Amino acid sequence: MSRRRLFRTVRNGAFLALSVFATAIGLICLAAILWTLVSRGLAGMSTDVFTRMTPPPGSAGGLLNAIYGSAVMTLLGILMGSPVGMLAGTYLSEYGRASRLSMLIRFINDILLSAPSIIIGLFIYEVLVVRMGHFSALAGAVSLAVIAIPVSLRTTEDMLNLVPAGMKDASAALGAYPWRTVLSVVYPAARSGIVTGLLLAIARVSGETAPLLFTALNNQFWSTNLNAPMANLPVVIFQFALSPYKEWQNLAWAGALIITMTILVLSISARAILGLMQSNRSAKR
Amino acid sequence: MAIIDQRHAARQLLFERVFRAATLSAAILVLVILGGVALSLIVGAWPALHQFGFAFITREVWNPVTDQYGALAPIYGTVVTSLIAMALAVPTGFGIALFLTELCPSVLKRPIGVAVELLAAVPSIIFGIWGLFVLAPMLQRHVQPWLIDHLGPIPLIGKLFQGPPYGIGIFTAGLVLAIMVLPFIAATMRDVFETVPPMLKESGYGLGATTWEVIWNVVVPHSRVGMVGGIMLGLGRALGETMAVTFVIGNAHRISGSLLAPGTTISSSIANEFTEAVGDLYTSSLIALGLLLFVITFIVIAVAQWMLRRLERRANASL
Repeated sequence: MSRRRLFRTVRNGAFLALSVFATAIGLICLAAILWTLVSRGLAGMSTDVFTRMTPPPGSAGGLLNAIYGSAVMTLLGILMGSPVGMLAGTYLSEYGRASRLSMLIRFINDILLSAPSIIIGLFIYEVLVVRMGHFSALAGAVSLAVIAIPVSLRTTEDMLNLVPAGMKDASAALGAYPWRTVLSVVYPAARSGIVTGLLLAIARVSGETAPLLFTALNNQFWSTNLNAPMANLPVVIFQFALSPYKEWQNLAWAGALIITMTILVLSISARAILGLMQSNRSAKR
Repeated sequence: MAIIDQRHAARQLLFERVFRAATLSAAILVLVILGGVALSLIVGAWPALHQFGFAFITREVWNPVTDQYGALAPIYGTVVTSLIAMALAVPTGFGIALFLTELCPSVLKRPIGVAVELLAAVPSIIFGIWGLFVLAPMLQRHVQPWLIDHLGPIPLIGKLFQGPPYGIGIFTAGLVLAIMVLPFIAATMRDVFETVPPMLKESGYGLGATTWEVIWNVVVPHSRVGMVGGIMLGLGRALGETMAVTFVIGNAHRISGSLLAPGTTISSSIANEFTEAVGDLYTSSLIALGLLLFVITFIVIAVAQWMLRRLERRANASL
């Protein structure tokens, strides 16, 4: 073997080995995080977590008010944000297409999609919290809605674009206006895609911490008042994990496990629906 | 023959107008939101910017007692932690993408790909507590003393690795950020690598090239567009990441030569201090930090998109 050939073989082997090594690092990180999360989370888990309120420093308690608050604000945020995102996505896919305005909206939406969520928190603080004069669950929900809009706009547009043009043309040929086509042909055809987008938006929103810090704040007690600060899992985790109290830290880990599992289940279901959709489509061909 | 019902037709047209207007206004709301974010940040930051002027971004002082604020320390922390993250995550992400597209047995392709994408779905606060309770103590005990002993005495770069091993600090934050952006970079690069036509790769192999040579001379040049896009999006995420950094940065408003020392970033300063900020100038200074972050990330993401679209167009034109 010539020296040149040897050098090339060795270089090839070295880089491929590095690539395997990189993958190993990535998988080890994921495994390490999940393992810590499960072992510490299960250690902090008990029925108290789901039945009792967040405790004062140094005593036992649960996360009931925080779980409730997270669920309420996520639900409200999605109810406000997703329809807006879906309508906007419908405009881009069915009406706007390649117009200048649509290009601009796509560009701005992609920026909103990756904009730091803490900025959204500051925005809602300035617009709602300062005006209302106090922190509130409503402000928290609105900030989550602002985060949900770009996510569901993007997925809606992508999913509607997958609907074959022939189906829309057939509807138009029957004399239907575009709104009829969209509601009776396009949405039903893209149904599973839309559900996927919804699940992804919920997954994205339910782990958000930064925008809730100065909109919903936190509340140690049970509260269903949307006009008052409300406890929520991410902020409770943030506060409890950084505290010196063992009980609080255990609850933080339990909360972290609950959030992560919820999000993983949502992402995996979204993926499964998409996979099902693709196999259906190829079966039909 | 059916006769067209005039009233029915009119109602259909009305619905059409309403529906179109509804979708259009939802789409325009996206623009309004971005405008609103920019405007509210400028209004909120105005008192601080008016008081300190341009010096706001060149001064290191951050003193709530004397009401003097400068953004240099958070800017420094944001830039340095993001650079550390990108330096670690880009090569690793490249390696993962390469493994998934070129080396991985097809049985493992899906599970590993899904695992990488799930890592991207884990919320940032989880990375934060993991960094604080697991990574930081480990670094403090095993990694940082070694860095201090072996790299500390070296001239020039030694300065970066001096001082006591705190565990938390700029270096740890950069490491946590690297783990966070890794799945984004890996997944984008994998998707781009998969778009390379097999014919091109096989031509390379046909000429007798090794796997690495095909990757470096065929795959990489062909997918430069998407790679840059993935890296820029990862950078945008690293710059603005809040919770993961807040746990492990140490929140110290000063610039120290050592990477092992505590520092602060723009987003972690806001997260840590905003609800406790007393006084209009303090709050306003924090909002000014937010405005700064908004401008920086806006530029990074916009440039990424602009490059992607321009290169895409060029690729289309050359076909």
